[in-house]
Amino acid sequence: MVAMPAPDKAVLDRREKIVAALREIVPGEGVIANDIAMRPYESDGLTAYRQLPMVVVLPETTAQVSKILSYCYENGIKVVPRGAGTSLSGGALPLADGVLLGLGKFNKVLEIDYANRAVVAQPGVTNLGITKAVEGKGFYYAPDPSSQIACTIGGNVAENSGGVHCLKYGLTTNNVLGVEMVLITGEIVRFGGKHLDAEGYDFLSIIIGSEGLLGVVTEVTVRILKKPETARALLVGFPTSEAAGDCVARIIGAGIIPGGMEMMDKPAIHASEAFVKAGYPLDVEALLIVELDGPEAEVDHLIERVSGIAKDCGSSTLRISNNEEERLKFWAGRKAAFPAVGRISPDYYCMDGTIPRAKLPLVLSKMREFSEKYGLLVANVFHAGDGNLHPLILYDANKEGELQRAEDFGNDILRLCVEVGGVLTGEHGVGVEKRDLMPAMFNKIDLDQQLRVKCAFDDKGLLNPGKVFPELHRCAEMGRMHVHGGKTAFPDLPRF
Amino acid sequence: MQDAIKPRDANEVAEAIASAAANAKRLELVGRGTKRELGRSTQTDTTLDLSGLSGITLYEPEELVLSARAATPISEIEKALEASKQELAFEPMDYGPLLGKAPGEGTIGGAIAAGLSGPRRIKAGAARDFMLGVSAVSGHGEVFKAGGRVVKNVTGYDLPRLLAGSWGTLAAMTDITLKVLPRAEDCATVLVLGLTDARASEVMSVAMGSSCEVSAAAHLPQLCAGKIQELKLLGKAVTALRLEGISQSVAYRKMKLEELLRSFGELGALDASASRAFWKNIRDVMPFSGGNARPVWKISTTPSLAPEIAAGIGAATDAKYYYDWAGGLLWLEMPEDKPQEGAVRTALAGRGHATLIRASASARASAEVFEPLDPVRAALSQRLKASFDPKGVLNPGRIYPEG
Repeated sequence: MVAMPAPDKAVLDRREKIVAALREIVPGEGVIANDIAMRPYESDGLTAYRQLPMVVVLPETTAQVSKILSYCYENGIKVVPRGAGTSLSGGALPLADGVLLGLGKFNKVLEIDYANRAVVAQPGVTNLGITKAVEGKGFYYAPDPSSQIACTIGGNVAENSGGVHCLKYGLTTNNVLGVEMVLITGEIVRFGGKHLDAEGYDFLSIIIGSEGLLGVVTEVTVRILKKPETARALLVGFPTSEAAGDCVARIIGAGIIPGGMEMMDKPAIHASEAFVKAGYPLDVEALLIVELDGPEAEVDHLIERVSGIAKDCGSSTLRISNNEEERLKFWAGRKAAFPAVGRISPDYYCMDGTIPRAKLPLVLSKMREFSEKYGLLVANVFHAGDGNLHPLILYDANKEGELQRAEDFGNDILRLCVEVGGVLTGEHGVGVEKRDLMPAMFNKIDLDQQLRVKCAFDDKGLLNPGKVFPELHRCAEMGRMHVHGGKTAFPDLPRF
Repeated sequence: MQDAIKPRDANEVAEAIASAAANAKRLELVGRGTKRELGRSTQTDTTLDLSGLSGITLYEPEELVLSARAATPISEIEKALEASKQELAFEPMDYGPLLGKAPGEGTIGGAIAAGLSGPRRIKAGAARDFMLGVSAVSGHGEVFKAGGRVVKNVTGYDLPRLLAGSWGTLAAMTDITLKVLPRAEDCATVLVLGLTDARASEVMSVAMGSSCEVSAAAHLPQLCAGKIQELKLLGKAVTALRLEGISQSVAYRKMKLEELLRSFGELGALDASASRAFWKNIRDVMPFSGGNARPVWKISTTPSLAPEIAAGIGAATDAKYYYDWAGGLLWLEMPEDKPQEGAVRTALAGRGHATLIRASASARASAEVFEPLDPVRAALSQRLKASFDPKGVLNPGRIYPEG
């Protein structure tokens, strides 16, 4: 388990005073300080980690958020922001000596601007809530993480969430136009808006995906798109994962960017089929779902081309959806893959590495080795188009040592992802979960530069500490210059 | 000419910057120098000539990824991509003609540092949307890397994106990894003739809000339309909408779009080859590239507000202008050698941002080239700059005055 920073006793001693001060800012039920009522906030989607916060505060206005943060800044109190708490990496895990700042009451769509194809929403609006608000006119918000019924747009901004359609339509960062944010000092600031690109530095680039470490977002402007005229899917089975991987590469090599392209391995296929009976073939090693969307003439043509490529790659089964019902059925198994695995195992641990697609057969075969080594089964679902792999490690938390083995197994997988040229996390975030693996991907200089950026926003290190960065540093230390190896062109120059 | 250092690799870049920081020297970062006259006038001691960092280091078409050293000419990258029927989908514009230089000379590092995105910006995204990874030297004189070579990556802050559009003020990029995409097989452009700006804005909004997947939308009032080869003979204002994709799809969407727009005015069309030439002209601001050096402004704003803003500036200054990005991008040329910053910023009134792209050195010295920031963002920008470059070594003052 990853250790969190030790609670500050001096802060805990002042707890009553802090709660009273917060009640001055947010009256009534907006401040929660008793253990039973705080229980729902002790964990997020990474349920292996639990911690009650010092106090929960649920503001309703940007002005209240500003006052809360300014109070915490002046008094040296840590703050953990939280949306719907669906993070799979522990991004919203509370701190014993920290304020848990919930944005759940910021749940309104503020403006729908069809002429400029933009929606302005409060951060607590769910991802699907945005699409629901505009689908009557045929529009939608493109990023669609599988938790979209529950996860909030504010949380999506914090994690730079993806989804199955991001190869073609991009991640959160490619679909957000602007935010209003409160800095830890309480200052309220706006970046972007309905216009494109930033004046000066593009702060949105680092705010999106910053995991609540740079500020608290209180309003989000996103772009919306017109729904494609039609969508059809192919369900293709392959005798080997190599053949399936080859098919993916050849589809893209042929200049086709599908709306979605998902792969499942045999254990995932079997678990899903047993759960939702989507009609998946059970005698294949890998299953590919390829969805093509756009005008009908284009989709029909591309379906033919993709079918041809799949056959050339040695597909053993191939079905094409002929109507919306069939298309959704193809997806039903994939979308239910996580709960399906949940049915066959008491617990599972969901990983999230990204790899260059060509390395898939190598990574899958290594994963089989790890599986034997740790004595735990693994099922794989894979956003094949963009190389984002979700191995689900099956374990039983009630069995002595299994959680630890599952975590070690997962860490081996992520280190492997980095070794083959990939990254630790494709869309779930670093959070607590992958914090201590950061040095597998970044050296000290790389991490120091990121920490310095953090310091530009949060010089006291009060926003979501213990997440993302494996070591806490005082910002004053970060400004110093380093000399490496003593090798420079001008060895006689003074350095410091 | 001031002194120049020409490093051969990233380590030499790091040495040069560490040495400059230790000696309180300020560096001007230059690739092939095509955008040197863009940005605030700066005072530097030494030129850091990065043109030695050139060459494609990795290209895997089936993985949609390309890595190159920062000063690799864009023309070289585009040639390599073309051989695999791929492209830089953000359609980086070429400032060469506008700034009175030869076309096709820019580097990939320059395009990223300046955040150059062309007409396809509204569909495919900006330059920064294609930044997957970077290796760079900060003002600390340290080589750091960020991002990776895969599309989906949320490991750590997205510094590669941040460096896009930072004008070399945060770090000297040495290696860049980009997402590349297949090139459309076919394209066509639907024209609507003779519209007022307000009506054109409406047409572009209708087209963008349709399922026709319009990949570029521009409006040229008659004065500017007359300066574009492909539109000259029409003698009218022209609203242009581009469709790209496989032939069957382009033909189908063209028919649909024409149906949708018929009631707005007389229609015309450009075929694939005329389309390609036309959108390159729009991309490279050809209406204002006639060899003169009159000030040119670039305004990014909410698309539906653009006609009012353009009219406001036009009334105060007699500027010529045209619209790209479905109205969200306004290009304006001033009638005399005065940037008339006051008139531009007054009409814009903070509803977006205006950048002075072309102006004489004296004009640039008398105006803010970039949109001034409110105090909170200005202070944050200074802290961000200091987090990368505490000694102010890298392109000091290129975007904002030194604090």
